[in-house]
Amino acid sequence: MEYTAVIGLEAHVHLNTRSKAFCGCSTQFGSEPNSQVCPVCLGFPGSLPVLNRTALEYAITVAVALNCRVQEFTKFDRKHYYYPDLPKNYQISQYDLPVALEGFLDIQVDGKVKRIRIRRAHLEEDAGKLIHRQDISLVDFNRAGVPLLEIVSEPDINSPQEAYAYLTFLKSIIEYLGVSDCDMEKGSLRCDANISLIEKGQSGLGTKSELKNMNSFKAVKDALSFEIERQSELLSGGGVITQETRLWDAKGLRTISMRSKEEAKDYRYFPDPDLSPFTISQDTISRIKQSLPELPREKQKRLADQYGLSDYDAELITSSRQLADYFEECLKGYANAKAVFNWLSGPVLSELNSRGVSISGLNISPEQMVELVKFFQEGKITNLVAKDVLGQMIQSGKAAADIIEQNGLAQISDAGSLKKIIDQVLEENTKSVGDYKAGKSNALMFLLGQVMKKSQGKANPKTVADMLKTRLGGS
Amino acid sequence: MQEQKLNSFSAHALLGKLDKKEITPQDIVSSLIERAGQVEQRINAYVRIEEAGGLSLAGASGSGRGESKLKGIPIAIKDNICTEGYNTECCSKILRGFKPPYDATVIKKLKQAGAVILPVKTNMDEFAFGSSTENSCFGPTRNPYDPERVPGGSSGGSAAVTAADEAIWALGSDTGGSIRQPACFCGVVGCKPTYGRVSRYGLIAFASSLDQIGPITKDVQDSALLMNLIAGYDPSDSTSVNIEVPDYTKSLFKDIKGIKIGIPKEYFVEGIDGQVKDIVWQAIGKLKDLGAEYCEVSLPHTQYAVPVYYIIATAEASSNLARFDGVQYGYRHPVQKSFKGQSLIEMYNMTRGRGFGQEAKRRIILGTFVLSHGYYDAYYLRALKVRTLIKQDFDRVFKEYDCIVTPTSPTPAFKIGEKTKDPLKMYLSDIYTISANLAGVPALSLPCGFTKKGLPVGLQIIARHFDEETLMRVAHTYEQNTEWHKIKPKL
Repeated sequence: MEYTAVIGLEAHVHLNTRSKAFCGCSTQFGSEPNSQVCPVCLGFPGSLPVLNRTALEYAITVAVALNCRVQEFTKFDRKHYYYPDLPKNYQISQYDLPVALEGFLDIQVDGKVKRIRIRRAHLEEDAGKLIHRQDISLVDFNRAGVPLLEIVSEPDINSPQEAYAYLTFLKSIIEYLGVSDCDMEKGSLRCDANISLIEKGQSGLGTKSELKNMNSFKAVKDALSFEIERQSELLSGGGVITQETRLWDAKGLRTISMRSKEEAKDYRYFPDPDLSPFTISQDTISRIKQSLPELPREKQKRLADQYGLSDYDAELITSSRQLADYFEECLKGYANAKAVFNWLSGPVLSELNSRGVSISGLNISPEQMVELVKFFQEGKITNLVAKDVLGQMIQSGKAAADIIEQNGLAQISDAGSLKKIIDQVLEENTKSVGDYKAGKSNALMFLLGQVMKKSQGKANPKTVADMLKTRLGGS
Repeated sequence: MQEQKLNSFSAHALLGKLDKKEITPQDIVSSLIERAGQVEQRINAYVRIEEAGGLSLAGASGSGRGESKLKGIPIAIKDNICTEGYNTECCSKILRGFKPPYDATVIKKLKQAGAVILPVKTNMDEFAFGSSTENSCFGPTRNPYDPERVPGGSSGGSAAVTAADEAIWALGSDTGGSIRQPACFCGVVGCKPTYGRVSRYGLIAFASSLDQIGPITKDVQDSALLMNLIAGYDPSDSTSVNIEVPDYTKSLFKDIKGIKIGIPKEYFVEGIDGQVKDIVWQAIGKLKDLGAEYCEVSLPHTQYAVPVYYIIATAEASSNLARFDGVQYGYRHPVQKSFKGQSLIEMYNMTRGRGFGQEAKRRIILGTFVLSHGYYDAYYLRALKVRTLIKQDFDRVFKEYDCIVTPTSPTPAFKIGEKTKDPLKMYLSDIYTISANLAGVPALSLPCGFTKKGLPVGLQIIARHFDEETLMRVAHTYEQNTEWHKIKPKL
């Protein structure tokens, strides 16, 4: 029997407002435990919440970008459950009148566009964090009250690849909007998934399981793949799926049952009487609509058109708004788009990946970067040296010109200096010289390599190649 | 003739004396301490006196500056209004030892106005759950007019200290009548402001959509004076309303000629005590003599007020009280280190099981039930709809009438223990006061006579949203033309 997976995703996005959703405490990540708390976010008796207008604006911004209908009349509700990291033992959330409804996201998988509908998005407060130490548990409430936007998709996703594409695109849009840093490691983006299987060709929904505890997009993909396997094996064997919540075990690469439907909680939602229902004016919505920044798709198309990049290249450079903006900043100082693109998408991107930082983490201004690109484009240094200089710029924060100057890295093109090196190399590699003369043209590449090595990468490779050919009697 | 002691004066009278430098704030406190020493053993209206080392100014907060509005006049505070650094326990074991790190907005305002906040708080029904102040972990407060009887509740302590001259005035809170009914039982003036008029920040919530803080005073002028100081928009309370606060003391001296009073017929049917009924009608007659016009009106949904209230109020209470779990503050039942996770559940269960009193548990269970999946629509949602109908009843009457006059309570103060076995009977003692909370309108109770046994009877005046001025105007005119407010309990 063949099955189709039916997947819906719930993404929880930390909105990067300066203060918390219902009080004035800072939302700064990584501070001393319980240093960013007040009676309101600690849920002390007598304290009252006041909505952070910026959090609401950010929620509306995301809603508009996801093509949602923004509700004019909305309110907050209380969701009750007992846990020590939840100071009031209820969470301020939105139940039946969420801020946004009925949007969609057009994702691309294998070159095909697919529309994933978004059911709703609502604003809520985050809980604190439990820290377990041997036989005691501690609570850090710094995170309690940080605004979260929960974005719920319709079950329109049919594969782990589509889920991955949806999350990647969602993250990219939110990052472009500048309302969240979407960093899964800091917990500023979290995702749960609902998945069920139906027989291929059928429609509707099977019995679903809810997957939690996935700490990266890859984990989401892996958990879904595991779950598809698990459920189809069960169904093929005549088994029955029980509705339950399952946890992804990243070490064991499997999902584990956490609680069944019978144990499902009754959250006893009801309108929060401390926060009156309110209306969002059409003016506010259209003001936010008009101030939306350029989103990834638009930017991609524009960059392709404007700078003659291929679709693939444009997609690569717009994968992060920071990178795309950086790219355009560089072009202000140096119009050679292809050269800048090749440099950023090659050596720079690989530095970013290996260091696990974004472009701002390199602390190199676009002007400084362009200076470097110009140096090797204009032949002052070789490509090889340029990569080395980049590494030194990142480490020392010095300008490219200084590094080149201080380390004598300028390209050697004058025949006199090169001749000395070449003489030495030919002397030391008589076998290769013989090979070349015997017709093995590969040997020339070896000799060239030796010259480069001896010159510490500074020799102008084109000049060296020409000189070698002349010396050995060109082939 | 023996000179009247300072503790028995109203605040506005003391202001005059302080102005002329005849007395100091310390003189007032001394007379209160002396009085409390005489009567507190019989009344039990202040709590944790011994813990605080006696009723004294030691540790009292507030500037008491001579040039300020209140010039250091002390005020007694109900145990559910947060006072920075001083125990605020809602008379519940579960908040044992809780010292809020902040002042309620009303306390901040009073301190700024130069009031002295008494560090010892007044007794109340646990979390304001009750109409008799019998549900307190510190034992019941007794009625100054008859120590065998209750002072009403839940602000029974605040009403009793004011009536017994152990305080000049006090703050209470009113969710379903908790200021007005004890004011009525104790023969003092109690005002529940319009919902949204006074900040709730720092009031430990019972039912957030109904709660209001208000004054309990010896006369109407003090009520107006205190309202001037505590009313007003507070950005820390999203439900407080940003509209201008008038000077209530100015409305006191307007006469009531031509004022149109509605008398709701539903408030004079079965269940009302015969003497109460007669006394209230006499008061209505007096208002007519003073120039008001009255007419019978109908508030047709009155009969649903009690059930609607007990659904909405308990639903909100069950949620508001969820935070008392032993994790951060207050009482925590010691739990043996046991199996993983189990110790947490055990701590919750034992802390809440031991920390809450009987009535608190009853209301938490009731409120949890009406919010439960499958019951929400039938109870909570329906109650919200009927609440709207009750509001509309008032809106309709207020189109034609300036205010509504009713008895505050169907009976005078009842005996201690009389209703504790029968919660429903107890709930019905709020039958005349609950509707004003559901509708959000302001209401005031003032003394309008005494029964043959010498128990006070209260007259309730209800006005339009944010029209406390009419309450003050009608009440003050009545008061100035009667002698009831001058009568003191014989203790």
